[in-house]
Amino acid sequence: MATDRTRVVVTGLGAITPVGADVATTWEALKAGHSGVQQLTDDWAAPLPARIAARAAVDPATLIDRVQARRLDRCEQFALIAAREAWADAGSPEVDPERLGVAMATGIGGVASTLSAQETLREKGWQRLSPYTVPMLMPNGAAGWIAIELGAQAGVHTTVSACASGAEAIGYAIDMIRSGRADMVLAGGTEAAIIELNIAAFCAMRAVSTRNDEPERASRPFDRGRDGFVLGEGAAAVVLESAEHAARRGATVYAEAAGVGYSSDAHHIAQPEPEGIGLKLVLGRALADARVDPSQVVHVNAHATSTPAGDVVEALAISSVLGDSAPDVVVSSTKSMTGHLLGGAGAVESVAAILALRDEVAPPTINLEDPDEDGGLRISAEAQPLKARTAPRAVINNSFGFGGANVALIFTEA
Amino acid sequence: MANSEQEILAGLGEIIDEVAGVPADQVTPEKTFVDDLDIDSLSMVEIAVAAQDKFGVEIPDDQLKDLKTVQDVIDYVRRADVSA
Repeated sequence: MATDRTRVVVTGLGAITPVGADVATTWEALKAGHSGVQQLTDDWAAPLPARIAARAAVDPATLIDRVQARRLDRCEQFALIAAREAWADAGSPEVDPERLGVAMATGIGGVASTLSAQETLREKGWQRLSPYTVPMLMPNGAAGWIAIELGAQAGVHTTVSACASGAEAIGYAIDMIRSGRADMVLAGGTEAAIIELNIAAFCAMRAVSTRNDEPERASRPFDRGRDGFVLGEGAAAVVLESAEHAARRGATVYAEAAGVGYSSDAHHIAQPEPEGIGLKLVLGRALADARVDPSQVVHVNAHATSTPAGDVVEALAISSVLGDSAPDVVVSSTKSMTGHLLGGAGAVESVAAILALRDEVAPPTINLEDPDEDGGLRISAEAQPLKARTAPRAVINNSFGFGGANVALIFTEA
Repeated sequence: MANSEQEILAGLGEIIDEVAGVPADQVTPEKTFVDDLDIDSLSMVEIAVAAQDKFGVEIPDDQLKDLKTVQDVIDYVRRADVSA
């Protein structure tokens, strides 16, 4: 192993998702193939072509102190819950506050708070706005609250790259530790966007599934019957730490956060580039950054959102980059179960990829009944064991966002 | 409609419990908002607006900053009641 730079390891995980209120329940549900997608019964959903979504398994406000909960947007509540779990999982260590950072991403931040504040303003006047309106709507609010709670002084950051945001935050955290700015960083992503405007706006793009009568079968990545993504909500967080710092305090290590790649499509604001040029670039760059050979890769938690345009391009790009080892690589889209958490997706899916590596099993891609072109990869409706390797095994999380943002994270056996 | 001292204290207790999470029985006249009840300036704004709804007395920002204790608010509301 190369020792000329700081190695970064994962020492804590946290999540609140449509299939579980914490990491353990989420992971069991994902392995078992449970869907979190349900019909939307709200009055506002009735006129919309898409009336399904994957709400979080629990109301986050019930898990947070009452007074604090009313000062937080729902996306901030999710983030704080995931961060608390991850920090506790890492052992709630006493650390130098100046060496502890936060990188918590979101795609669109406190949009629900923005809209309700506008309503309050119009109906009751400015005096009735909560003095917490600005911290509730600003995208870096979640990161700020977490930094306050942990006393993190190395830096508080929010990456915003639509559906790549959560993965970008983890990449940013890796870079913070490698560059010497921090010994530990709590990183992740959050989203709470199941509201009338968002669903309607995604309907206007024709981006979401309208399989309203079969909500649990609506998110079907890699299946020929897919007709768009299903909106999800929630958050996940990881505690990243220099390997040296983790060893010094005797922390339990899940995996090495071996590397991150970035690329941009520079093609269309919301559609994937059809040749997968940017996707091949990001995967190649991630492998190079992680110093991982394609033959070490056993699993990819794909971005695959269940849109007609995106999934096949991604499968072909993965297959192209991994070459001869592609037939042994299990590719899963956990969005088939959680829906698409937008800015939370990369974080939730990184947690899933890390646990897949630990348990040597990849979660299923449910609803895969009529597989589309798959590039010869192993994509299955059933959970699949991961192949043994002589070198440390590697898993990849792909996250791609509107705006052409592509991020790939690589985790390896520590 | 005048508010009695006891009614104002009880009403403030409810508001402060709701806004800042301080149990109403800890909201006693001699307590200071910042040091004793750990209430910050943003929460004071919320309390003032809620007090206006409850007691029908507006507390302008330039007056609010001088209200340091629970008794100060009680006195302010009672004075405003008298002059109204």
